[in-house]
This record gives sequence, structure tokens and C-alpha cells, in this order.
Amino acid sequence: MNPNYELCPGEVAYNFGFMDEHAKREVRRAILKAIAIPGYQTPYASREMPMGRGFGTGGLQLTLSIIGPLDRLKVIDQGADDSVNAVNLRRFIEMTCPGVTTTETTREATLIQSRHRIPEHPLGEDQVLVLQVPYPDPLVLVEPSERRRKVMHAEGDYSRLLTKLYEDIVHFDEITIAHRYPTRIAGHYVIDPSPIPRFDVPKLHRSRALILLGAGRERKIYAVPPYTDAVPLAFEDVPFRVEQFLDENGNRRPCARCGATESYLDECLDAAGAKVYQCSDSHWCNERYGSWIEGRGLEQNP
Amino acid sequence: MNKILEVAGLSKIYGGGCPLCAATTGSEWDTNICPHCGSVVAALAVDLELHEGEILGIMGESGSGKSTLVKLLYFDEAPTGGTATYFEDGRPQDLFALNAAQQRRLRNQRFGMVYQNPHLGLNFNLSAGGNIAERLLMTDLAHYGQIRDRARELLSRTEVMLERMDESPRRFSGGMQQRVQIAKALAPHPSLLLLDEVTTGLDLSVQARILDLILEIQHELHTAMIVVTHDLGVIRLLAGRTLVMKHGRVIETGLTDQILEDPQHAYTQRLVAANL
Amino acid sequence: MPPVLQVEGLTKEFLLHEQGERIPSCTGVFLEAWAGCLTALVGPTGAGKSSVLKCIYRTYLPTAGRILYRDRAGQVLDIARATEQQALRLRRGEIGFVTQFLHCLPRRSAVEVVAEPLVARGVDRGTAWSSAGEMLARLGVPERLWSVPPATFSGGEKQRVNLARGLLGRPRLLLLDEPTASLDPAATERAVAVIQSMKAEGMAMLAVFHHPDLVSRLADQVAELVPSLAGKEREAS
Repeated sequence: MNPNYELCPGEVAYNFGFMDEHAKREVRRAILKAIAIPGYQTPYASREMPMGRGFGTGGLQLTLSIIGPLDRLKVIDQGADDSVNAVNLRRFIEMTCPGVTTTETTREATLIQSRHRIPEHPLGEDQVLVLQVPYPDPLVLVEPSERRRKVMHAEGDYSRLLTKLYEDIVHFDEITIAHRYPTRIAGHYVIDPSPIPRFDVPKLHRSRALILLGAGRERKIYAVPPYTDAVPLAFEDVPFRVEQFLDENGNRRPCARCGATESYLDECLDAAGAKVYQCSDSHWCNERYGSWIEGRGLEQNP
Repeated sequence: MNKILEVAGLSKIYGGGCPLCAATTGSEWDTNICPHCGSVVAALAVDLELHEGEILGIMGESGSGKSTLVKLLYFDEAPTGGTATYFEDGRPQDLFALNAAQQRRLRNQRFGMVYQNPHLGLNFNLSAGGNIAERLLMTDLAHYGQIRDRARELLSRTEVMLERMDESPRRFSGGMQQRVQIAKALAPHPSLLLLDEVTTGLDLSVQARILDLILEIQHELHTAMIVVTHDLGVIRLLAGRTLVMKHGRVIETGLTDQILEDPQHAYTQRLVAANL
Repeated sequence: MPPVLQVEGLTKEFLLHEQGERIPSCTGVFLEAWAGCLTALVGPTGAGKSSVLKCIYRTYLPTAGRILYRDRAGQVLDIARATEQQALRLRRGEIGFVTQFLHCLPRRSAVEVVAEPLVARGVDRGTAWSSAGEMLARLGVPERLWSVPPATFSGGEKQRVNLARGLLGRPRLLLLDEPTASLDPAATERAVAVIQSMKAEGMAMLAVFHHPDLVSRLADQVAELVPSLAGKEREAS
């Protein structure tokens, strides 16, 4: 874009939050409805955003509709504050929401927008987490017709989904769903919790923070309200398991950078081409690494 | 024996119908299609009764309306007239006045249906055991081990090789596919089983085996059944009572041996005499 | 003691629509059956003996007349006017029929076929099968055949299976349609012995025998059927 381009007087400044107030109000109404019916996929009129679908327009519309100038915003993508998508979204929001502060520190944020991860730091009652969702409906795996899926949700009939889990156990001795694990909210609706790993699913259960999920392309908003039951689908005798990150000897791998043994790890290749495991949550890692450095009286090396 | 199903005046007309449909279709006119409006009178004013543990045969040729009847009872289609009352533990339920969720509950937990075409009754993208698991998962069962055991039990009862339980029914023989369907239909312990031409098209020895299986199941479980067929041999073997249908109407009903040896109606006499 | 069965003026006529004909089968039949007695139906071929049995068993729908049956509870029912459900109830526990033909269920062994009426009544399989075996033994069916499906049996063996099943059910009234027609003299003797012992137990029987000798040995009563006039005319012309 030409930085010297002169906008017409009425177009010089964006409305706060880029979307007009009516659009924001409509989204907030959808949010309220979603909170009132936990897990229900609330349809809304998803606006065109200045980025392609599939880049987080759903999560973005949620954030822009509820953000205020006093908010402190954190944006992460796959756990990292500094990945390309997170950086672009954060810049966009800074540009269109003057006055808003941004932060990498999870504890300080009032509003967190995330793609595919829930931060390691436990969230509090004064925080809102917005998750970006590609496909909101877990039943899309087993039923192509939207009309029939709606009936199945309404009647709480998830037998076909459970059958898929059964077939997994038959063929692979375990349920093979790695992310987007179907989770039942408040005892009725089963949601697709977005492509967060299994590791993060337990964080939905009775979370202190409000969790909102937005699918821009699919035009749906849903919510896991605070202190709400979120139970991943499983069988009584084949319980839900999370990633263990065990090495060949059965020991829990630590983060190669900060030594943490309780966080979700990304598998990377180092310069020499060897496999290295590192915290996915960059802030968590930085904090741990920072104290690790301090403990040794060294300089922080990001 | 207690009544389990009572059907009165059940009708299904495809295409809107007109006041002349009933009078200008049927046996004497030798057609189901109304000459005035073109509607298809698939079934008209059908009455029948079914008692606990009994097998009722519905016999007829193509266009008789026999398959339409079971489709209506299984909620695959909605009737255009008449009622059907199902007695659940003695309590009458007006089937077509129930809402969709109530109908689905009966369909999933109280009724079973075996189709002539296994593609209608089975999901070929699931294993044989998976098909049965699907039915069990519609009830409150949430224990993988128990589901597996019950599926094994049902498949071995219907003589499906247990080694093939985890395969898709795609590669099964026609007879085995039908047996998987029967196992699936029996999964929720239904009190009413509907069988629509289940052995038509199968080799004779295979047919005999399946018919025998159905009889054994009826002996053991006392499930009430409606057996739809055009084959007199199947009727003779399975049904205690029989309904004969033609062009959507019930022509005659009676005890099976009476229908076969002392048919009263002209059409029934022709049908019985034509049995090769 | 009142009769178990009283048939009054039973008439059966077949209406063949296609041929536009009325075929008389039996006309104006009167007979009675008592507990512990065997009533034999005699008469020339075409007189309608089998038809009478079938009307009583309600395989045929009578054209006219009454078939008054007194059940175990002492209730009298006119079978000619009975509903399907009433007929089924009688067949379940009151009236048995040994027909000339055995409709073979494909994979049932002989002992299973014979035991069937007991199993249907709730008797446990083991007991039912051993009773069935006993009855087959009494009728001289060799034990090696008991576990074989009757489809491959000879006519005489099939008939004994049929007879065994009918007798084992211990109905109040047993209808027998030429039960020894395919049996050799030795087997016939055994059948006669069993029938006599059943009679002694109090079973009422109505039977058609092909051999007059059996009639004289087993029948306490004889009912003679006369072919209907219409039938006679046809024979004459």
C-alpha cells in the first residue's frame, strides 16, 4: 500500500475495531446466545475482513467486537507470539484499535486470541480466550448433510461419531484423533474445540475464563462458558488420554531450551538436523528460560 | 396373546391424490395409478393386527403395497391417511402422531428393519461389528468392551464368522450381508422386527439357512415379526397368519395354512395355484 | 361326560372363481368325539374325510354347520365361527393334527422337530428332547436318525416323526389323517400300541385310516361319510 495515499476525509480513520458498531453489536448478540446455549453453533453474518478466509477471520471478528481501548491483548499462533500470523493479526488490531495495549505475558492479558493452542498459564475469571476455528461441526466427519447434522445435534444423537471412535479402537487399539477432539459441553452439545491438541482439551473443563470459538468461513460462533463441564468423548473402559511426550526409556522429555516437563512440546529439527523438542507456548518457555538464565547469572538470549 | 400393533385404514398415495383415486384404482382396474390425476395409490385403507411373538406374513406381487406398508411402519415414509398404534408395554402409542424425536426413539430402540438391499440397512464404510456398535451406541451403552461383546454375541447368533467382524461387509456374500443386517436389527432387543424380502435374490440354500435362523430367533426371543415376501414358500415356513395384498389393497387375511389350502378370494386362489 | 367335540351339519364347499365352479367336499356331517375314545371317519374317496379334519383344525373355513369344541376349562366354542386368535389358541394347546405330509424345516433334526410343541410351551430343551427321543423309540425310529434332519427320510420315517410330534404335544383332541399309510406291518403295530396308550391316558381322537382292519382295532366309534349328491352325479356322468 502507498503510504502517501490520501484517503477521503470520511475514510481517514477506521471505526474503532475496524467493524462498524452495528456489525459488532450483532456479533456480541451471537456471543450472548452462544454463552446461553453452551456448545451450540450460533450462526452469524460473518463479515468480509481484509484477509483471506482461513487466516482467522472468525476469531478476529470476535476479538474486534468485544475489544475496548482499555484491553490488553495477546495474540498467539501455535503457542507463539512471534509467528507470522500472530504478528499480522496483532499489528492489524493495534492499527484499528488505538489505545489498546498488547502483551506477550499471558497473566497480564485481558483478551487472548489464539490459533490452535490454549496457553499453558491457567486463565482467570477476568480473561477471555478467543479460539480460531476452521470447521465448527464435529459431525462433519460422519454426515455430509447440514440439515441432518442439525437434527443430530438437537437430539444429542452422536452415535455415528462414537462409532467412528469404536472403529478406531478396533483398528488401532486407540482413538486416533490427535486434535479437534470432540468434546461434550454441559452434557449436551458436542463441539469441535478447534485444532487444539488433546493436551489442551482438559483446560476447557470448568475453565475460569470465558472461551469463545469463531469460524469466519463457516459463519458460526460457539462458547464454553466459565465453570462449564467439557468432557471429551470416550468409552467408560477406554478413557481419554493426552500426549505423554515420553522418550524410548519411558521418561518424560523436557523442553530442550528451558527444561520444562509439564508443557506441550513441538517437535523441531535443529541446525544439525536432529530432532529437538521445545515448548510450544513461547511465553511459557521464555519465562522458564529467563529464570534458567538468571539462575546461572547469564544474559537473556532470545 | 397381547396385541402389539394395530393398523387401521393406513394409506399412502404419492402425488397429491384426487377424489377419484380410490374408486378407479385397485384389483378390478388392475392398476395403482389413478387415470384422472396420475397419483400412485401405493397402499389404501390397510387394516392389520399383530400380536406379541407372532409372525405375520404379507404376501403380494410387485405393486401390491407390501413394501410401502413396512416403510410407513418404520417411519421411512409418512402415510397420507390412517393410523397405526403400537403397544409399548401395554401403553398405546399413535405412531404417526408422535414427534420426530419420539419416532426416532421407537425406530432405534423398539423396532428393527431388515431390507432386501443390504446397502439400505448397513453402512459399508463401517466394519460389520461397527454397524452393530452404531445401533448400540444409540442407546445408553458407553462401554467399549460391552459393545464388543454384544456385537460378537449377535454376529455369532446370526452365524457370521467372527474373524470377519472387523471387516467391512463390502466383501461378504449376499447371505452374510443379510445376516449382519439381522444381527444389527436385533441389537436393541426390538419388540417388532420388519423383514422386507430379505431372502429374495439369494441362492436357495442360503435362503433356507436365513429363514431357519429367523425361526430360531423367533423361538428364542419371541420377537413379533412382519415378513414381507412374494414367495409362498417363505410364507408357509415362517408366517402363522398372512395378509394378501394387491394393488395397494388387502385382498384377504387368515391363518397361513388356511390361505394356502382354502383361499377364498379369486386372486388368492390364482396366486396359490401359480406356485410352481 | 360331555363330548370333547360335537360336529353338527358340517358342510364344506369350494368356490373356484377362475373356473366358476362349486366343488362340494363334505356335506351335512354329524359326529362326536369323547375323551379316551377314538372316532374313526370312514367312507369312500371323495367323501370328504380329510376335509372334515381340516375344518376342525380350521385349515378349511366351513361353508355351513357347527363345530362345537369343549376346551380343558369346560368352555364351548364354535370353531366354524372362531376368530383367527381363538383358532391359534386352540392349536397351541388343545387340538393337534397329524397330517399326511411333514413340512420339513431345513436344518431341524428329527428330535428337534418332535420336541417342538413342548419347547414352544416352555419346557426346557433337555427334557423336551429326551421325551421326544422316547416317543421316537416307541415308534421304532432308530436312534441314529434322531439327530438327522427328516428331509432325507423315507416316507415311513417321516410319517413316524409326524406322528411322534403330534402325540408328544398331548393335545386334548388329536386329529389323525391316515397316520400309518406308509408304515410297514411292524411299524404299524408300534404305532397302534402308542395310539392305544394315548387313548388310555384320556386323549380324544378323530382318525381317518386307510385300512379297515385298523378301524376295527382302534375305533370306539365310527362315523360314516357319504359323498355329496353333486359329487355322485359327477361320478355317474
